[in-house]
Amino acid sequence: MAEHLLEVKGLKKYFRLGRNQVLHAVDDVSFYIDEGKTFGLVGESGCGKTTVGRTIIRLYDADEGKVLFDGMDVHKLKGKEYKQFTRKMQMIFQDPYASLDPRKTVGAIIGEGLKIHRLCKTKQEYTERIYELLEIVGLSREHANRFPHEFSGGQRQRVGIARALAVNPKFIVCDEAISALDVSIQAQIINLLVELQEKLKLTYLFIAHDLNVVRHISDDTAVMYLGQIIEMAETNELFNNPMHPYTIGLLAAAPEADPDYERSRPHMLMSGEVPSPINPAPVCRFSSRCPHARLKCTEEAPELKDIGNNHYVACFKIQEGWV
Amino acid sequence: MSNIPIDLPKDAFSHMNAGSTESEIITRPSITFWADARRRLFKNKVAMIGLSIIIIITMLAIFVPIFSQYSYTKQDLTNTNAPPSIEHPFGTDSHGRDLWVRVWVGARVSLAVGIFGSVIPGIIGVVIGGISGYFGGKVDMIIMRFIDIVMCVPNMIYIILITIYIGTGPVALVIAFALTGWMGTARSVRGMILQLKEQEFVLASRTLGASSATLIFQHLIPNTLGIVVVSMTMGVPAAIFQEAFLSFIGLGIAPPIPSWGQLANMGISVFRVYPSQLLIPAVLISVTMLSFNLFGDGLRDALDPKLRM
Repeated sequence: MAEHLLEVKGLKKYFRLGRNQVLHAVDDVSFYIDEGKTFGLVGESGCGKTTVGRTIIRLYDADEGKVLFDGMDVHKLKGKEYKQFTRKMQMIFQDPYASLDPRKTVGAIIGEGLKIHRLCKTKQEYTERIYELLEIVGLSREHANRFPHEFSGGQRQRVGIARALAVNPKFIVCDEAISALDVSIQAQIINLLVELQEKLKLTYLFIAHDLNVVRHISDDTAVMYLGQIIEMAETNELFNNPMHPYTIGLLAAAPEADPDYERSRPHMLMSGEVPSPINPAPVCRFSSRCPHARLKCTEEAPELKDIGNNHYVACFKIQEGWV
Repeated sequence: MSNIPIDLPKDAFSHMNAGSTESEIITRPSITFWADARRRLFKNKVAMIGLSIIIIITMLAIFVPIFSQYSYTKQDLTNTNAPPSIEHPFGTDSHGRDLWVRVWVGARVSLAVGIFGSVIPGIIGVVIGGISGYFGGKVDMIIMRFIDIVMCVPNMIYIILITIYIGTGPVALVIAFALTGWMGTARSVRGMILQLKEQEFVLASRTLGASSATLIFQHLIPNTLGIVVVSMTMGVPAAIFQEAFLSFIGLGIAPPIPSWGQLANMGISVFRVYPSQLLIPAVLISVTMLSFNLFGDGLRDALDPKLRM
């Protein structure tokens, strides 16, 4: 038994776009998740969150680095071992309208994993299991013969969760699992995920761009910027004591629910645009937008370092104590 | 905005239960995708008229030659170029053959060439396009560049060359259509597969450990089927016309086997004196093509998931 359930070490995923053009989607990302915990991964669109999730579950092959799951190197699994792995790690997708095959009934969608892994011996057992899964996610058994287009977004996402649960996974990658839903439905799905985590002892990698949701659900949180983790800490620590200028800006940009507070609080606006992830220079990637950037930031790339209290930051200003 | 306070007593309000289960009930009866498409197709009057004409023509093509007292080859030189009558509803041709029988035997040939000449290249196109789209990379590159190069030259030239090489007749025509007609379908199927394989439901299936065969046959092909069926239906009138055209210029079906194009070819030589001999096959070609096109249009609307209510 390994120390951590999932350990990502120096993961790199590049997409070749053409001659001499390499998109650094994920550039040297490392983190670990302990069993039963939820790890939040936040960042703006295009920063590589989804690619991290998809590389971990081996929808993409890693260019460099390792993903250790339960002590096994995910990208080296073959045949039977890989099939076993697909039972242990599952994924919930972002778009509940695209993640269900429009030509199949909900029962068949949920039952796909059961069939692939031959988890049910008899036809009756199979149907019973599908009914059970539907009820676990808060749908009723009559829904088994319906088609995805007959459901609302929230219901579809429940079907997606049931499909992931069908094979009894230990680990679930939630790739923006709630971003496409209405706020009221988001709460329902989050509560369902939390409830399931307690009941089934699940571990989550929770990828999102909604900071409040991540704060609510995660034990640890990492912030990504342009393919790299720039800050990582225990969730409360990160939100109460953000260090990296980008994290501070990100937290300041998120609106507060209380309108009086929202109006009175200081707003720090980040200037500039996210630079292109194609062939980035080996410098601090935030330096082009950072109000504290100095010469060193445009010459070297800072490493992610523990500054105490398990709070990791990749910023020279913090690491060297610039004023 | 008025700020006049409205006098509403507190007890006029009562708590309403959220009732999450009740609002989530689906009242529409559960129907499959194909049942839904069929229902919409049956509601489309124009498509149904097209389908009825296709059925009537098919029935006549099957049964008229069986029950007629005349055969399509039997000549009666005492009764040539007869006008339409009760004995010979479409008259007779210059060899005294009954045109009613010849037209419906010709319909068999034309319809068979039309249907097989569209379905067989369609199937080839689905397989090749599917391979190209699913495996991608070099395979895709080679297949697509091959299609690009071959498609530079009009189809008709290939068909004429092939029929010259392997001879005339319905089978030769279908082979010629099969060799030249698959490329358009292959292209569109490849495009669809490329799009579908990045869809989240396919990724979900992959994370569940599904094999390539499961992915292709359970998810990818069923989701392209609707469009393929429509393109095959629309391909039928095109193939009928190509057959008619080739037979008309003397390259398709050789006498004595009749086909509509060939009957029109025979009719044109006596067009000034006996216009009905040209008009009858010409009208049948037009009506059949129109019916297939109307039906195909209706089918496309019925199968379009975006129009689903």
